[in-house]
Amino acid sequence: MFPADLKYTKDHEWLKPAGDGTALVGITHYAQDALGDVVFVDLPEVGETFEAGEEFGTVESVKTVSELNMPVGGEVLEANATLADHPEAVNEDPYGKGWMVKIKLAGDLSGLLDAKAYEALVGAESH
Amino acid sequence: MSVSVSELMKTPLNAAHRALNAKMVDFGGWDMPVQYPAGILAEHEAVRTRAGLFDVSHMGEIRVKGPGALALVEHLTPNAVSKLAIGQVHYTAFLYENGTFVDDLLVYREGEEEFLLVVNAGNSDKDFAWVQQHAPAFDCTVVNESPATGQIALQGPLSLDILQPLTKTPLDPIGYYFFTHGEVAGLKCLISRTGYTGEDGFELYCAAGDTEKLWNAVMAAGTPKGLLPAGLGCRNTLRLECKMALYGHEIDDTIHALEAGLGWIVKLDKGDFMGRDALLAAKAAPAPRKLVGFKTLEKRDIARDHMPVVQDGKQIGFVTSAAPSPTCGINLGLAYVPTELAKVGGRIQIEIRGRAVDADIIPTPFYKRAK
Repeated sequence: MFPADLKYTKDHEWLKPAGDGTALVGITHYAQDALGDVVFVDLPEVGETFEAGEEFGTVESVKTVSELNMPVGGEVLEANATLADHPEAVNEDPYGKGWMVKIKLAGDLSGLLDAKAYEALVGAESH
Repeated sequence: MSVSVSELMKTPLNAAHRALNAKMVDFGGWDMPVQYPAGILAEHEAVRTRAGLFDVSHMGEIRVKGPGALALVEHLTPNAVSKLAIGQVHYTAFLYENGTFVDDLLVYREGEEEFLLVVNAGNSDKDFAWVQQHAPAFDCTVVNESPATGQIALQGPLSLDILQPLTKTPLDPIGYYFFTHGEVAGLKCLISRTGYTGEDGFELYCAAGDTEKLWNAVMAAGTPKGLLPAGLGCRNTLRLECKMALYGHEIDDTIHALEAGLGWIVKLDKGDFMGRDALLAAKAAPAPRKLVGFKTLEKRDIARDHMPVVQDGKQIGFVTSAAPSPTCGINLGLAYVPTELAKVGGRIQIEIRGRAVDADIIPTPFYKRAK
């Protein structure tokens, strides 16, 4: 539920550094579970840049909508095109096929949570 | 969250929902399942194509009995109660003198002088006080049976096939919006062919203490046929597709019955009733706003409850309920708009997170089952 190789935000996004200055961004298992069935993901264009914490898109489920916030600053290199036809991938595989954007990192990762800290945060919210 | 789970009211099925790993939410002070692990889309589809089972024990039941019962219910509601046969049920409302809604409800005629009023959970205490307040002028007793009553709703095209093996009462002869008393799985029930999903189905009322046994029996009979437990999430999308009103959304104490499109429950010629004068006046003057159905044009434009309807940067109306429609595959909703714009084929704009997006007014209900 909380892969150790990912970094997390308190807003329930994850970031997976590739080691080459790029990273994948998505939402956590906890977030997809809270949203329920995802029906649409609105993603930015390639080349757009965002500050840490800035809204870069939205994820819509049957019952609600949630903002997507960038875990760190960066430029969008790719948006996950398969989500247009298969938004359910966010529910089924949030850390894999459900990834949302690939970014070129412009900031450091020191403000992000590790798996243990995120697990503790989620545990506190659900009790 | 200001209310902890322990302070929420619980139906007799609370433990059953938790055992099924339901996701529970605070619904008007009740701890209720919004969905089970299958999810809203799967539960919605089950109800449209097979069957779903809902816990609706949170609904309120008020029994009115005595020589003055008919006159009291006629006084408090706009529909023609005297036309109800024993064993028949109809949709109606409690209205204030100004024609706006105290609540909407079902009236069951149990006998010449006995009626069961089924009201919304969140309004149950207000409704009971409302009926009590008006009852002294009529020769009848008013009893709040809500705490003693459980209710489950079996909805979907396979409902009859699932339920019939559990009861000796012939179900097929019970017409839509009729009811009878019988035993289901050996438990005494009021068996009502009603629902809030637009599908065929039965609502079963039983003693609170029997609810879990009844739920388990129907689940066991239905599961091999594709029955799923169904939560409030799909209950909302199902009723929205059929343009069935929800208190706090399409109707409340600021909206009167005619602008809500509920003129069909208002029988102005039946004699006097609460709200009649206001509705007569409203009928004579053109209503300034009307409830319409709409769909947004782009997949990404998903309207939600309470969003503004705008024109040239000004708010001219509001969305009452909206969601991506699982059955229709479009993003739809209901909204109050100025009457001059309320024409099928017309275009309105809805403000979604700061963006004015186009929506077309389309015919309602959005979904109607094949007969």
